[in-house]
Amino acid sequence: MAETSFGSVRGRLVQLGRAATAVIEEYGYWVTLLGESLYWIVVGPFKRRPVRLSATVAQMVSIGIAAVPIVFMLSFAIGVMLAIQGIYTLRQFGAETQVVLGIALSVVREFGPLITGILVAGRTGSALAARIGTMQANQEIDALRVMGIDPVRFLAAPVFIATLVMVPALTLFSDLAAMFGGAVYCQLELGLNHVAYWDQATSFIVINDVTQGLIKSLVFAVIVALVGISNGFAVTGGAEGVGRATTRAVVASISYIVLADMLFTYFLNR
Amino acid sequence: MSANHYAIEVEDLVAYYGSRRILDGVSLQVGYGEIMVIMGGSGSGKSTLLRHLLALQTPRSGSIRILGRDITTASADMLHELRQSIGVSFQGGALLSSLTIGENVALPLREHTRLDDSIIEITARLKLEIVSLGGFEHLYPAQLSGGMIKRAALARAMAMDPKMLFFDEPSAGLDPVVSSELDDLIIKLRDTLGVTIVVVTHELESAFKIADHITVLDHGRILISGTADIVRNSSIERVQDLLHRRSRPIEISADDYLHRLTGG
Repeated sequence: MAETSFGSVRGRLVQLGRAATAVIEEYGYWVTLLGESLYWIVVGPFKRRPVRLSATVAQMVSIGIAAVPIVFMLSFAIGVMLAIQGIYTLRQFGAETQVVLGIALSVVREFGPLITGILVAGRTGSALAARIGTMQANQEIDALRVMGIDPVRFLAAPVFIATLVMVPALTLFSDLAAMFGGAVYCQLELGLNHVAYWDQATSFIVINDVTQGLIKSLVFAVIVALVGISNGFAVTGGAEGVGRATTRAVVASISYIVLADMLFTYFLNR
Repeated sequence: MSANHYAIEVEDLVAYYGSRRILDGVSLQVGYGEIMVIMGGSGSGKSTLLRHLLALQTPRSGSIRILGRDITTASADMLHELRQSIGVSFQGGALLSSLTIGENVALPLREHTRLDDSIIEITARLKLEIVSLGGFEHLYPAQLSGGMIKRAALARAMAMDPKMLFFDEPSAGLDPVVSSELDDLIIKLRDTLGVTIVVVTHELESAFKIADHITVLDHGRILISGTADIVRNSSIERVQDLLHRRSRPIEISADDYLHRLTGG
């Protein structure tokens, strides 16, 4: 009896140990991946092995431009939602017109970056894991390596450049779309005209609010790229492995984004 | 000293996968302009050996010299340079599915040379002509048959005019006619261009048709290595089993068997 319980405790400890090493290994891999990508972005051109502009532009289009409609739609809806909730809350104090302040600050500081981050994680994180994972399963990554084409330079570095440029850009766009959503609802509900709305909004927002959102969006950009790419490269076991990696990439990147958001919000506001 | 006598020199290669030993002291040499066929059943370690020869994996111990350079200790830059004189045709082709056949063949040239685009395109078409795929350069890999994909992969492997070519199971999944054509092409490459060729396969017929030398692997060790005739006439039982497609008797004691079944 005693031996069995000892055995099961030991079994759990072994499991825990394995899980812990797997996590540390993954973080270690992230550091390597990020380091190597930066290396190729900076040193590549001097070694006559630059990160290809065409691949980078293609990534920018698929990560950024193609996401514009959905980012607009969701951000607009968030703006409307914030206006509804804000007006409902402030009505209790008879201060409905102050709603613009609430919308402006929460959008720029929080909802713009967050909704963009989550959308990009869903679209790009999964696409990256699936694309690179399929290449891994089909030996395309091996083929690149034996051709003397570094897979990190060829596949990962363009993605880092693209996310670092496009996620902040999308975030700014999302800020505007959400504010616009708020403006439309405020006009319908409070009869507040657009000019007055934007006037108020811009007088409340200081540059620090915008940069705070942008700093977060840069962190989210790195998270999406790292999680998507590393899950893709880690694929083993064919189509099923690709499916698993894709799911994992989306769930993990959204979780990391929400956690990172909390941490950054805390530290940036101290 | 013997650095320049052989295109490939493997010495005492030991490789593990986790705690399982896959290669156990493998040594072999491949001369310049020679076709070496590495044979063996599934699980013999032949694919692992190929991955080591391509520097896709690092061995636990032992050395591998390719074109006179030790790839187990080579720097990343040295490996990068070496890889430009090596072509590989993977089992499933491993063409990039997002690029057309033409772009696939042109890829190594675009990455490693500063040739003009028009010259790269002509070279790519030329390589596709060699494997009888002229006019197919605008198609994507998904639009090709298995045999065409393998030939396109070969065209890509030849893009940089390599000194050495590796084939992983060239005839797997091909019909006998296409497979035989590919064999002829491999022989032609050696005869006309003097390319050193390593073929990993379990297809007997194809192996004896193309090989100058054959190495037979079994359970991570070399059973025999020599000319096609030496291997064919070998008296080693295991080799004859392989050559005559005899199933191997399962040798395991009753106790071991029980142990394995009960999982204890």
